[in-house]
Amino acid sequence: MPQHDSALATALALILERDPTLLGIVGLSLQVSLSAVMIAALVALPLGAALALWRFPGRGVLVVALNALMGLPPVVAGLAVYLLLSRAGPLGELGLLFTPGAMVVAQVMLVVPIIAALTRQQVEELHHEYHEQLRSLGLSRARMIPTLLWDARVGLLTVVLAGFGRASAEVGAVMIVGGNIDGVTRVMTTAIVLETSKGNLPLALGLGIVLLGLVALVNAAAHLLGETARRRLG
Amino acid sequence: MRITATFASFTTAAAIGLASITTPAYARDDAPYITLASTTSTQNSGLFDAIIPLFTAASGIDVHVVAVGTGQAFEIARRGDADSLLVHDTAGEQGFVADGYASERADVMYNDFVLIGPADDPAGIADAETAAAAFAAIAEIEAPFASRGDDSGTNRAELRLWDAAGITPEGEWYRELGSGMGATLNTAAGMDAYVMSDRATWVAFDNRQHLDLLFEGDPALFNQYGSLVLSASKYPHLKHDLARQWHDWLLSDDGQQAIADFRVKGQQLFFPNAKPDARTSTAE
Repeated sequence: MPQHDSALATALALILERDPTLLGIVGLSLQVSLSAVMIAALVALPLGAALALWRFPGRGVLVVALNALMGLPPVVAGLAVYLLLSRAGPLGELGLLFTPGAMVVAQVMLVVPIIAALTRQQVEELHHEYHEQLRSLGLSRARMIPTLLWDARVGLLTVVLAGFGRASAEVGAVMIVGGNIDGVTRVMTTAIVLETSKGNLPLALGLGIVLLGLVALVNAAAHLLGETARRRLG
Repeated sequence: MRITATFASFTTAAAIGLASITTPAYARDDAPYITLASTTSTQNSGLFDAIIPLFTAASGIDVHVVAVGTGQAFEIARRGDADSLLVHDTAGEQGFVADGYASERADVMYNDFVLIGPADDPAGIADAETAAAAFAAIAEIEAPFASRGDDSGTNRAELRLWDAAGITPEGEWYRELGSGMGATLNTAAGMDAYVMSDRATWVAFDNRQHLDLLFEGDPALFNQYGSLVLSASKYPHLKHDLARQWHDWLLSDDGQQAIADFRVKGQQLFFPNAKPDARTSTAE
């Protein structure tokens, strides 16, 4: 990778030279975090909506727990997944530890509470507004979930992006369960930690700038998608 | 309908994402590989980047390095999550063999620890007779000292030196960072503290600021690295055949030469010293 005195020059050189090592790291970062966010969204969007619609004993506790888990320290999630996937742990047979798959599992754990908690809040407000109409249509609660999720889609896109931000920014979990193995499980954040510990600060900061640019690109793409959808569907 | 379509495309996308994660396209694991638990000093200095490609070319086996502190490396191996172990805590390694986790250990190479500090050297350790005397001088004036504090091989060696100096390091001047070697050097540079480092990490380290190498050469600063073969009976799932090839290659003339040839800024950082007859082993 290129070496410059200034982080900005390093970042520019990294992008312009299209260093194959860097491209591999960037590709893996995107693959891991996007997969984690997609899986988390599949679980957490319906979960959050269900939590908004149903009333049952212990619901308050569940809501508070979900909100609290938004602050789950990545290193704790990583440690839990490590103990789960370690050979000595219950899922050790899968042989997932120190693979990208393990990193996806850990990030799913971090992202599910964020998407579920924020979805619950958005859907609850929407339901408050429309529940008379929905009931007059004779929809059961289970049938309301997709309708409300669809109606809230613009806001939920931001929710999913918040989940992506969490996944792409964290280092504590992927470091433990991925092991930062060169060419196999090294992602942007763990590469930044490694370069920092080598005292190679301009390269570390340069990588940080590239990561920031990458996250901005994903957000811009999502924004465009949202705008197009809004214009086309009114 | 639209909703179902959205969920369907979501599911498909997620499935593709998962499939691409589990396919070996970008992980180089279509080739056989072993997982090696090792220390930050060997990785941060660039040693593995230099010697693993040579081993892979000779054997067709890739080595996935998980670089952590020696304490954590032992723990990873103890839980059966690594096929091989290369660390630098001879007493701990011998204990690992004695406890039955590993069946064999061998010396691979050595380098040494060096004492780093602010270039103006307020404690005057550059003139010390021994490493223990240098530590005593630092404690005497209570100059800031940055300790790894992470149960790594370097941390364990440092604590043995305080012990040799007859000092229990405590007080505001003694700062346990709980960090890797590189991170500790970064912090020491930031607060002009004394710090003990392995030579390899120090030579390869770029963010020195006012820090300088002040004391070296005491035999007490000797830093031996050892390779361990894990127990086949205790860990039947590990890739013992491949790990054995790595262990043997490290001790072979080719492996030893590769270690000797590794240079950073023109300096040799690791000195091969494998003695096949000195291997300690227990019957499996």
